[in-house]
Amino acid sequence: MSTGWEPVIGLEIHVHLKTQTKMFCRCPVAYFEPPNSQTCPVCLAFPGALPVPNRKAVEWTILLGHALGCEIPGQAIFHRKNYFYPDNPKGYQISQYDEPLCVNGSFAVPEEEGDHIVGIERAHLEEDAAKTIHVGGAEGRIHGSDRSLVDFNRAGTPLVEIVTRPDLRSPDEAKAFLQLLRQTVVELGISDAEMEKGSLRFDVNVSVRPEGSDELRTRTELKNMNSFNFAAKGIEREVRRQVEIYESGGEVEQETLHFDPGNESAPPLRSKEEAQDYRYFPEPDLVPLEPEPEVVERLRAELPELPSARIRQLEAEVGFGLAEGLVTSGRDALYSRTPGEHAAVANVVMNELAATGVDPASVNAEELGKVIEQRGEIPRAAFTEALAASGSPGFSADSYLAEASISDASELDPVIDRILSANEGQVAEYRGGKEGLLGFFVGQVMKETGGKANPKIVNERLREKLQG
Amino acid sequence: MVDTLRLTAEEATGLIERGEVSGAELHRAYLDAIAERDPELHSYLCTVEQPDGAGVPIALKDVISTRGVETTAASKILAGYKPVFDATVAARVKDAGLPLLGKTNLDEFAMGSSTENSAYGPTRNPWDPSRVPGGSSGGSTAAVAAGLAPWALGSDTGGSIKQPAALCGVVGLRPTYGTVSRYGIVAFASSLDQVGPIAKTVRDCALLHRIIAGRDPVDSTTVDLPEPIELPEAEDLKGLRVGVPTELNEAEGIEPGVSEAAKRTIELARELGAEVGECSLPRSVEFGLPCYYLIAPSEASSNLARYDGVRYGYRAEPNGDVRSMYDRTRREGFGDEPKRRIMLGTYALSAGYYDAYYGQAQKVRTVIRDEHAAAFEDFDILVSPTSPTVAFELGARTANPLAMYAADLLTIPSNMAGLPGLSIPCGLSEGLPVGFQLIGRQFSENLLFRAGHALERALSFDYVPERYR
Repeated sequence: MSTGWEPVIGLEIHVHLKTQTKMFCRCPVAYFEPPNSQTCPVCLAFPGALPVPNRKAVEWTILLGHALGCEIPGQAIFHRKNYFYPDNPKGYQISQYDEPLCVNGSFAVPEEEGDHIVGIERAHLEEDAAKTIHVGGAEGRIHGSDRSLVDFNRAGTPLVEIVTRPDLRSPDEAKAFLQLLRQTVVELGISDAEMEKGSLRFDVNVSVRPEGSDELRTRTELKNMNSFNFAAKGIEREVRRQVEIYESGGEVEQETLHFDPGNESAPPLRSKEEAQDYRYFPEPDLVPLEPEPEVVERLRAELPELPSARIRQLEAEVGFGLAEGLVTSGRDALYSRTPGEHAAVANVVMNELAATGVDPASVNAEELGKVIEQRGEIPRAAFTEALAASGSPGFSADSYLAEASISDASELDPVIDRILSANEGQVAEYRGGKEGLLGFFVGQVMKETGGKANPKIVNERLREKLQG
Repeated sequence: MVDTLRLTAEEATGLIERGEVSGAELHRAYLDAIAERDPELHSYLCTVEQPDGAGVPIALKDVISTRGVETTAASKILAGYKPVFDATVAARVKDAGLPLLGKTNLDEFAMGSSTENSAYGPTRNPWDPSRVPGGSSGGSTAAVAAGLAPWALGSDTGGSIKQPAALCGVVGLRPTYGTVSRYGIVAFASSLDQVGPIAKTVRDCALLHRIIAGRDPVDSTTVDLPEPIELPEAEDLKGLRVGVPTELNEAEGIEPGVSEAAKRTIELARELGAEVGECSLPRSVEFGLPCYYLIAPSEASSNLARYDGVRYGYRAEPNGDVRSMYDRTRREGFGDEPKRRIMLGTYALSAGYYDAYYGQAQKVRTVIRDEHAAAFEDFDILVSPTSPTVAFELGARTANPLAMYAADLLTIPSNMAGLPGLSIPCGLSEGLPVGFQLIGRQFSENLLFRAGHALERALSFDYVPERYR
């Protein structure tokens, strides 16, 4: 980050709820059905059709509100947000405006030095739009296309929008918040929160200010964020851009920036928000929501242990970084089930096992523990194979553990001697103090033995010979 | 052969039950009457040849969705639209065995007080075809008055059942908001729209209301009726406290003949045993109309946004991008009155104006509700003329929207308060029917029917237009 400037970042996150039916009608929520097959008079906005709120969606939003530390007011109101677009069949979206279901929350993101508290302005419930596909013309954009097709299967599916306060101060903080929020939503069981499927989407509001100041300057909105890493990069770039503008005496303009995820070097597409007036007014087809206190309390009681709490619990065992990684990737359950030395298990579960793509939920933890325990005694190839197979039904560590590694010094010494004499330059460097070269020699021995050498013995023998 | 001009729905039910006439014969008799008298009146937009029930047939205002039967709201923008579902009220009358006679004319999207705003041509008043039937349910009230339907359903937002019932000499009920489902009703102003019965007698209205009223799970704004609807029997008004709101009875613009007929009816109520007293609704009458013309157009501007040519109804020939398709579809598809109200409502909801207009009107609505509630502490029902005037000439007000809006001056205040109102014919002025409005507390339909029935018997109004006798 440029010195002297502080980024001010806020997020708006859209989460698709995985209810069985849509927000205001009984059509199934289904994403991969033929176009317009999941529709009815309500979600197609036929004359006279009326909305009926989905009780499950309301309850899940309250549950999420609890997880975000929100207040649940005694009354929430649906509003109409009016605008014309073919993906908006009624000509208005039913959303919430000044009386949402959840307000004034705070969400604790664990950091190495204490919790970072992110204020939650609100979380509200609304319906999603249909999907438009522009045929012909450039890149599926509406301008220049030959015609547009609309698929109403998604129209009216329930969506929660979470709005944070501008409490994030760096791209990394934003990323950490988003990862923890995503994991929280997944564990509440209310959404898949998969960015690839579009069930989690977010926009980022960015401004900068001189360090130490508490003013809020003009912000820009970054849309089209499709991954956490991409968002972090986008924020970084936007912060740099704004700082450059201020430092060269300019003013940042309020605008919306669309990044092209496929081409990070391309400049953002700009769209001046043409003073959109959504003419919000209370939806007269619905009565105010008045969540019964018993329901609100029941949902509070149903709240599972949150990921943030588990990060703190694991931190003592494996350190903050691994704890955060395990929990936000949903791998901590496997870690906890697997017997063995904490750091070793955590590292394998978080790194080597993750690299194999094996679903942690399917892994037999007892057997995995055995593999990790014997890691130093078996060939590396056998270890990697064992990890890759650890998710298969009936997986047993035994066959991999039986694969003996070359541990006999008399067998290894000739190989080691050969390698040392073939690399005299490196040997001299090592002896001159460049001890990092040990790994190089280990690698050579492993290569020579086809990965079957016992790494512990190889290390011991190499050290001894190099010292000699 | 049955005399459709005189036959009440209750009598028709009796004829069918006793096997004196079949449902199909009755349906045919009405179609014959329509063929005879409707070319002049144009109360129907379409008729249904084959009865789909064996009971007393019914006409439905063309804002009520009917599965497979064109439903246009008298707008060009819905030309050719055939719903794939029945409105809840259409399903309820069908379930009760009442076959559909046809769909009746109205002011486009129920916006108007004369049925002249129909894209398919005006309806004429059976008492005098040079005059309007009132509106917006003028097709339904004219059909019932001319013996072209024994009963009908209308819809009432600012007076669209009560006012045309008055001008056509029939009985119409605007029910308590929330007692009749709006599911499948082409929406005009959602917080005010209510479907209600239109018939020749109060008892017929009660019978029909019993069929359509009650909570509907797909209309979140409906509630359970606190008590079942009863058929009125009483012939007196003993103990009934009748309030006469000064502002509703002495408003500027009430014709002398209308005022006299209403006063005679109030006198009659006293003779039937009612305790009559004066009361006052100053703010309701002063602010009712202007607030109505902020709230109703605001909601309409949003409700009518769905007519974009994308999914159903009229679409202008494609010529350019989607935006121009919207613009042209809506410019060509909507008539002047919907356009006027969309513009009014869009303006009233705009950023910077919301608080001064829509927001303020909602606050005044609470004042109107409170003022009515205060009056009902001393009285059981409130009464007044339904319309300041008798039926006016076609074209007399079309050039002056404000004069047209004034036709609902007396019906709007109680509508804004969500209260039920019954209009019964109470006599003639200049040979044309005068309507008498009875307003009750929320859910007091039974009381309105009882009072209306007693007055109706005492008044002995002959509902057959003189020119047909």
